Amino acid sequence: MAVVSTRAGRLGNRLAITAVILVTLVFLSPIYWITSTAFKPLVLATSVPPTVVFEPSITPFVKLFTKRAQLTAPVDPAVYEAAPWWEKLILDGGERLSRDGKGEIVYSAYPDRFINSLIIAVTSTVLAVSLGTITAYGFSRFRVKGEADLLFFILSTRMLPPIVVAIPMFLMYRAVGLNDTHFGLIILYTAFNVSFAVWLMKGFIDEIPKEYEEAALVDGYTRMQAFFKIVLPEAATGIAATAVFCFITAWNEYAFALILTNRRAQTAPPFIPSQVGTGLQDWTVIAAGTVLFLLPVAIFTFLLRNHLLRGMSFGAIRK
Amino acid sequence: MANLITTLDPASRAASRGWSDTTIRNVFVIPTVAFLIIFNVFPLLYSLGFSFTDFRASSKAPVNFVGFKNYINVLADPVIWRTFSTTLWYVIVSVTGQFIVGFGLALLLNRPLPFKGLLTTLLMLPMMLSPVVVGLFWKLIYDPSWGILNYALGLGPVAWLSDANLALYAVAITDIWMWSPFVMLLSLAGLSAVPKHLYEAASIDRAGKLYTFFRITLPLVAPILLIAVIFRTMEAFKTFDIAFVMTGQPAAELISSRLYKMAFQQWQTGPSSALAYIILIMVLCITNIYVKYLNKAKER
Repeated sequence: MAVVSTRAGRLGNRLAITAVILVTLVFLSPIYWITSTAFKPLVLATSVPPTVVFEPSITPFVKLFTKRAQLTAPVDPAVYEAAPWWEKLILDGGERLSRDGKGEIVYSAYPDRFINSLIIAVTSTVLAVSLGTITAYGFSRFRVKGEADLLFFILSTRMLPPIVVAIPMFLMYRAVGLNDTHFGLIILYTAFNVSFAVWLMKGFIDEIPKEYEEAALVDGYTRMQAFFKIVLPEAATGIAATAVFCFITAWNEYAFALILTNRRAQTAPPFIPSQVGTGLQDWTVIAAGTVLFLLPVAIFTFLLRNHLLRGMSFGAIRK
Repeated sequence: MANLITTLDPASRAASRGWSDTTIRNVFVIPTVAFLIIFNVFPLLYSLGFSFTDFRASSKAPVNFVGFKNYINVLADPVIWRTFSTTLWYVIVSVTGQFIVGFGLALLLNRPLPFKGLLTTLLMLPMMLSPVVVGLFWKLIYDPSWGILNYALGLGPVAWLSDANLALYAVAITDIWMWSPFVMLLSLAGLSAVPKHLYEAASIDRAGKLYTFFRITLPLVAPILLIAVIFRTMEAFKTFDIAFVMTGQPAAELISSRLYKMAFQQWQTGPSSALAYIILIMVLCITNIYVKYLNKAKER
């Protein structure tokens, strides 16, 4: 803190730096472990003792996207030669790619689930952030009757345990035929992200001086023009940060997806664990699916690093 | 006429062109509030109704009104009490763990460090990941025969997730791993807001390190730490995905998992709605406390 120039102080500082680096390494080791598993040959994934150093291979990712069957006889060398490099990786592992009647490769369920996640997360984010921004503007700039109670209500909708809400949602969705549809999950995710977006955006908009808009109004803008041309550009960083948060929440959501979807609209979070427990599982493939799934979030976390705290605390902490 | 308009305040001038402020307010606020009511209040009213019946979503049998029987049965069920006390213990263990690790890390990081930004960003990563996927890969780490944890710690084949005495702690450790950085970030924000001159004054007065910590640092950081603790308590109480994916050990069953099983595996829609309501009231109480502190913190 204040005095670090003493010898004891410098020593303390060195110790602290060492401790911080060690702790960071410990914190990152689980992430390293799952990532490394995604690049391991099958036999090394569950070896005893665990393998830390190995030659990385891309095979788990090829397996992730395809359906395979055990080879019953050795491969014809001519077929092997003709196969592309990624098919050779599968053949080397003693398996062959499943093909349909026309000889086309059969893909696994993973790409579909991944695309479902993408469609649902992106659409619900766009909806939640748009609604959240205009509502936050309304709360920030105009007097709304019972504002404090409404804002508490909006926040509390986000605090409900998912399973509590999922019971009636399931029954209602079943009654109107929204179970296992993209649309059903999209509006549900929009509903629980919008409350978050309102809280966060209200903080960002509160910080934009009212005088900017008033100056625009004096210059002959209408209130709507002022909102679109002055407030929105000023709030751009806030909107981006809110959007990333909403995306991550929708992308990671598990409980509702588990209960409300099973095939057509199933997202990746309920799908990835469902692969476990079906006999002898190939952990390298599960790890590969996990790594691909975590990648967008890791990138976003990096982009979001300066706003993270604010988002995680519902705008309580502003840095 | 033109002169008259310019003397009016800008808001009413704008109102004379385009939409009035009242219209804009209504158009901006009402749809969202209505949408949230449809998606939150309406379902809850719906399940409030079911909580007084013997409805089973899996059968077409006629639905009977049973009064408070579901509530009485749920509250008299020893299994539910067990999961409540398990959940309570889980919340205590995991929030305390997060507090110690997170605040400790913040104290270490609260000094000029090389690569501080990079280190904090890397530490943020766990909490942004999908809890269900985190649960899944910790399962791989905890595996008794080929998991890395037992090997790295030099333990024998400890069956973390299937041992009745360990499973809950194993889940809590994963949760601590995921969320300590959150407490750390909040604490760091609090620590960096402590005015430097207070420390200078303390050092002039030759105050000891411990004295400075307990009399200056802690009281000033306390409000923000409280926010972190209440927030994590609320989230830990709701825990579903991590625990559900990681272990099926009954001794580690949390209230959300119990509710899921009652509602979607045993299809006891009526009783599970009653239990859901009991949980709902508890969560609303904690939320209320949280919002109070949140508003206090915002006023500062």
